[in-house]
Amino acid sequence: MKLKFGIVVFPGSNCDHDAYYAVSKTLNYDAVFLWHKETDLQNSDIIILPGGFSYGDYLRTGSIARFSPIMNSVIEFAKKGGLVIGICNGFQILLEAGLLPGVMLKNKSLKFICKDVYLKIENKNTVFTSSVKKDIIKIPIAHAEGNYFADEDTLKSLEDNSQIVFKYSSPEGIISEEWNPNGSKLNIAGITNKSKNVLGMMPHPERSCDGILGNTNGTFIFRSLEENLITI
Amino acid sequence: MIVKRRPKILDPQGKAVEQGAKLLGFNNVSGTRIGKYIEFFVNSNDVNTVEKEIEEYAEKLLSNPIMEDFEYSYKKVDET
Repeated sequence: MKLKFGIVVFPGSNCDHDAYYAVSKTLNYDAVFLWHKETDLQNSDIIILPGGFSYGDYLRTGSIARFSPIMNSVIEFAKKGGLVIGICNGFQILLEAGLLPGVMLKNKSLKFICKDVYLKIENKNTVFTSSVKKDIIKIPIAHAEGNYFADEDTLKSLEDNSQIVFKYSSPEGIISEEWNPNGSKLNIAGITNKSKNVLGMMPHPERSCDGILGNTNGTFIFRSLEENLITI
Repeated sequence: MIVKRRPKILDPQGKAVEQGAKLLGFNNVSGTRIGKYIEFFVNSNDVNTVEKEIEEYAEKLLSNPIMEDFEYSYKKVDET
């Protein structure tokens, strides 16, 4: 069995081809593009909502994409336990769609930040992270609105249910304001829903799969999915 | 319609604009916060329908209830 990724293309997505390249050319899985006006997920095992600027980021990031026809199918798929990964703008869309809790604010610095950061893997008991060998990984971010915000009750429930998967940290794993690039609450870089089948993350694993780019830390997410899905 | 960020939620944009105010010497200015002003037509003569539609539009799309509140006013205009 070969995993099949469905990569949703919204008007303004710009990491769709990066994701396609990473999963199909670098990692040798099957992949299809899913135009946002379609409703058929084409029997994909995993849906990726890629990065970019869907609908020009107008109104609020992800707020209009969330109502694209394909999103009804994605929401239905996720509610049945289907696996969904939202990367960067994809994460913002998942928040607006209510598949994950919270909102994104502008980065505290008001700047678009494009650089490598370090992530501490906070939960390795998910289908997205179970095969990661390291505790801390270097991975790129590229966003202007990654300042994750949720009220205290929501943050507490995220912690209580181990939904926080990635936190920004130092190379040694120290989690502090100094290593937080955007001002996100609790240094949050990635979270899952309660049932752990929907992952939203600001960093870009698809940009760190091909060795020629000097970083293959992103592959662990896709390899974890393979390990978990094939054994199921 | 005016969409405002909730008072407790950080507004980095408002903070940055206020830095400009300080540079210009507006030393009495504080608490600058940026919201959104949105205009649209609702094609109906029934007040209940109009208000229901405005509020649903605001709740579902124009604002995000996790971080924003909205307020609105409207007036009757003739068909053109």
